[in-house]
Amino acid sequence: MATKWKIRLSGTGGQGVIKGAVILAEGALIDGSNATQSQVYGPESRGGSTRAEVNISDQAILFPKVENPNLLLCMSPEAYDKYAKDLIPGGILILDGEVGKGKEIPGVKIYRCPITEICREAMGSELSANVVALGVINGIANLVSFDAMVESLHRNFKAKVADLNVKAYQLGLDAAKKIEPYTV
Amino acid sequence: MAKVRLVQGNEACAMGALKAGASFYAGYPITPSTEIAEHMAEMMPACGARFIQMEDEIASAGAIIGASAAGAKAFTATSGPGFSLMQELVGYAAITEIPVVFVDVQRMGPSTGLPTLSSQGDIQQARWGSHGDHSIIAIAPNSVMETYYQTIKAFNLAEKYRTPVIFLLDEEIGHLRERFEVDENEEIEIINREKPTCAPEDYVPFENVAGGVPPMASFGEGYRYHFTGLTHNEKGFYSSALPVVDKFNRRLVDKIEKNVKDIFECEELFVDDCDVLLIAYGSVARSAQEAMNELREAGVKVGLFRPITIWPIDEERIKAACAGKKAVIVPEMNLGQYAREVERIVAGSVPVKKLCRVDSELVIPEEIIDMVKEVLK
Repeated sequence: MATKWKIRLSGTGGQGVIKGAVILAEGALIDGSNATQSQVYGPESRGGSTRAEVNISDQAILFPKVENPNLLLCMSPEAYDKYAKDLIPGGILILDGEVGKGKEIPGVKIYRCPITEICREAMGSELSANVVALGVINGIANLVSFDAMVESLHRNFKAKVADLNVKAYQLGLDAAKKIEPYTV
Repeated sequence: MAKVRLVQGNEACAMGALKAGASFYAGYPITPSTEIAEHMAEMMPACGARFIQMEDEIASAGAIIGASAAGAKAFTATSGPGFSLMQELVGYAAITEIPVVFVDVQRMGPSTGLPTLSSQGDIQQARWGSHGDHSIIAIAPNSVMETYYQTIKAFNLAEKYRTPVIFLLDEEIGHLRERFEVDENEEIEIINREKPTCAPEDYVPFENVAGGVPPMASFGEGYRYHFTGLTHNEKGFYSSALPVVDKFNRRLVDKIEKNVKDIFECEELFVDDCDVLLIAYGSVARSAQEAMNELREAGVKVGLFRPITIWPIDEERIKAACAGKKAVIVPEMNLGQYAREVERIVAGSVPVKKLCRVDSELVIPEEIIDMVKEVLK
């Protein structure tokens, strides 16, 4: 398999996991890698489970989906129940808050972080939780450089909101340093 | 230098349409095609082009046909259910020989089906959705970059052959975002319909010219003539005279089918050096290519024939590609709509295996690898 990173971001409609995936994939392109971004969502505009997928590779990416991610983010309990089993052995599992607590799957590196709570407390709303999550992801796995992510955030948000999101991204990077990963 | 951007297939289609010179869009939004309307609504006014949201799909198809008759390069974007509603007017555009482009971003059907999920279920609808023996051109790209260039080609072919062209994205490609690196000032061949050079009183709008495509005057340019969905003579008026009807119907088909070599485009990978040939198009062709690469690394001789033009089919080319193979596998996200064409063309000379998925998920490379191993057992 040529593809290096197979990432799945999952949560509930409205949490911004697709937008998060777009920002991450565009950041990877800015870094000079190849990237694809795709998604599966239901007909609802809020609620329902949403999954967004990103492949990042130095080579051309053919199959654009992610069957078995090596990095999985779950932002909702439903998403965890649905997708945790797809993660490859030894893969990186990032869980928001209490998601999946008590039923952690074995053999993967679990990084638990109160992503939504951090966002709410520091930013006064949960709107940027997706971008905090991107900070956590890159803090752990270093997929995309800081400068490329800042550029991508500016491409994907209007000026005023972009700066707020750079702040949210930094919150995620900082939070990642404090996570103690565990395996069950 | 073109800036590298992350672009979605639907957006690339919208950009390609503008590059091709699209000056009129009429549509009724439907998932998974809606982003095309959104981008056109944003981009068209700045270029002096017209965007109109119609009350439904039938009106949308009527509006683009009218706009094209008045000289515009016109198109619409829809998905399966909307495309079904447009079928009568696809036939009208075919019989009146008015160039228009119908973008159909395929989703799971039949009917409302699964609105947000993918399918390649409109392969035969594109060909036979409207009644009668007309021909049609349909194109299915497999990447965001190719979507841009093939959208331009769709407009070019519509203009060149005075025909509706169906641009068959599937949801996977329509919604896929990936690397897009195009110089917007790049010189690309843009074809505009041939116009009459004779005086208005000498104009024969549906003349049986050599090549089968008569020049087309725009309404409002002083050429007074008649469009009708009735079978018509060279002047454009209703005729039921047997020789006229026969000649007319044959010309509608021949002007496309006899130019298949000019229209048909495909990608061939290891076709001459393989035991098993995969035939795949659109998003599924990416899975097929990945399967091929993995199998070849393991020493299994597999090739890929990827039709970019879905209709018309260059049958000689497919026959030649399939000749002598142990098997041909056709993976697709429907129950064998293209495979049946391959079966018809090879006519039993090579075993044709269908690999069909209709659960809304993209065919994965592993499924193809498994079937290749199975047929080589």
